Amino acid sequence: MRYSGLKVITEGLFGNKGWKPAWRDPAPKAEYDAVIIGGGGHGLSTAYYLAKNHGLRNIAVLEKGYLGSGNIGRNTTIVRANYFLPGNSEFYSHSLKLWEGLEAELNYNVMHSQRGLINLFHSDGQRDAFARRGNMMINQGDDAVLLDREGVRELLPYLDFDNTRFPIYGGLLHPRGGSARHDAVAWGYARGADRLGVDLIQNCEVTGIDIENGVVKGVQTTRGAIRAKKVGMVAAGRSGLVAAMAGMRLPVESHILQAFVTEGLKPVIDHVISFGMGHFYISQSDKGGLVFGGDLDFYASYAARGNLPMVEHVMEAGMTLMPMIGRAKVLRSWGGIMDMTPDGSPIIDKTNIEGLYLDCGWNYGGFKAVPASGWCMAHLMATDTPHEVAKRFRLDRFRTGQILDEEGTGSQHNLH
Amino acid sequence: MRLTCPLCGPRDRREFYYYGSEDYLNRPGPDAGIDAWDDHLHLRDNPAGVTRDLWYHETGCAQWLRVTRNTVSHEILATELVAERKKGPAA
Repeated sequence: MRYSGLKVITEGLFGNKGWKPAWRDPAPKAEYDAVIIGGGGHGLSTAYYLAKNHGLRNIAVLEKGYLGSGNIGRNTTIVRANYFLPGNSEFYSHSLKLWEGLEAELNYNVMHSQRGLINLFHSDGQRDAFARRGNMMINQGDDAVLLDREGVRELLPYLDFDNTRFPIYGGLLHPRGGSARHDAVAWGYARGADRLGVDLIQNCEVTGIDIENGVVKGVQTTRGAIRAKKVGMVAAGRSGLVAAMAGMRLPVESHILQAFVTEGLKPVIDHVISFGMGHFYISQSDKGGLVFGGDLDFYASYAARGNLPMVEHVMEAGMTLMPMIGRAKVLRSWGGIMDMTPDGSPIIDKTNIEGLYLDCGWNYGGFKAVPASGWCMAHLMATDTPHEVAKRFRLDRFRTGQILDEEGTGSQHNLH
Repeated sequence: MRLTCPLCGPRDRREFYYYGSEDYLNRPGPDAGIDAWDDHLHLRDNPAGVTRDLWYHETGCAQWLRVTRNTVSHEILATELVAERKKGPAA
């Protein structure tokens, strides 16, 4: 069923009885050409582009819970292409271009809103660093505008510009940055993949990966054995557990990242604001809730809930930046499991096992990468060669020293 | 979350700096080869369940602790001083 404005109106006139489920609920077949482990954003987009770009039709996505039940369904929804390092820059630039055509591509409203992202700076040194980053973004073909203090004040008059510790010197505006509706992205890709014949199999946990003589043969699941010529591991925070089934240790440590939503308020924050020095970022959803988050809890965890010290820190940072939000009530919080790599950059690569592929290490920035991650992972699985914009996301780059340390903080799990 | 420091008693998590897996205690020799060093510095078991990692009691006694804890429940199962561990017989 194709969605359109006309369809909404006619369904509205006839009691909305004509809507059908957006995807099928098939039982697993005995064999597939390719199986994706993980029905989150990256897994679903990988399946979609395998079918769409590479013509594979006999594909399954295996999800242990329900589709989009992990980080894709709860995150701070920032979409941006403001990376600096060659290797990252072209990848996120590609992703942003895919975002810009995503709703037409999927015939699905993902509520992508390019409302502009502003990264604040608070010293002359930081201004220089952001000017340089802005130039790199422009060189990549994306957009960046260096705002002075008054330029920021025009857009964000409600900030505390004269904070003693972090006075606002200006900001780097990324006009094409913005946000999107997180779970709509999962649903849009799920529906798109289903329409191309991909089997989306929910409540199907992978319990083993079958390997014979260094070649992958399929997977064992809670819904029986499934043979597959190719298997993609796209399990985000649980990547280490999935890879362990193939006898692999990954350069990944799982950490918790928290995010928060307030009650719905009238429109008050028109952009996405990032206050790097306070590890705080905020935007307002179309429903009115302030969506904000901070830094990791900073110790390895699979608890899917955070601890109080970081809650307190995030609230303090928010109050430091914009005292006006002090009266807003927090409705709910969330703690997601992040697959942290030592250098803070992702992995899209083959493994030493033939037919087994890996897409992980998205740290706390996986949402904006969903389209390009799927695009490049599909390219890798279909052609056995890395996509041009993802060729530096190698699994062995820590061993070889070719790291992508965007933050420049060092190659160690606890530093990003 | 509170950690029990063997010297200071139960203390708030904020007094501690998390360093990483106890893998860091088993440092390979300088000639151990690139794979051993890659293993030591980068590759992790990353278990969902019981793990052992290193914490530094930064605003307390400035001792390094080896903490046994559960990554799913955040339960702290045991804490010991890395210094004591190095003195005693290998465990």
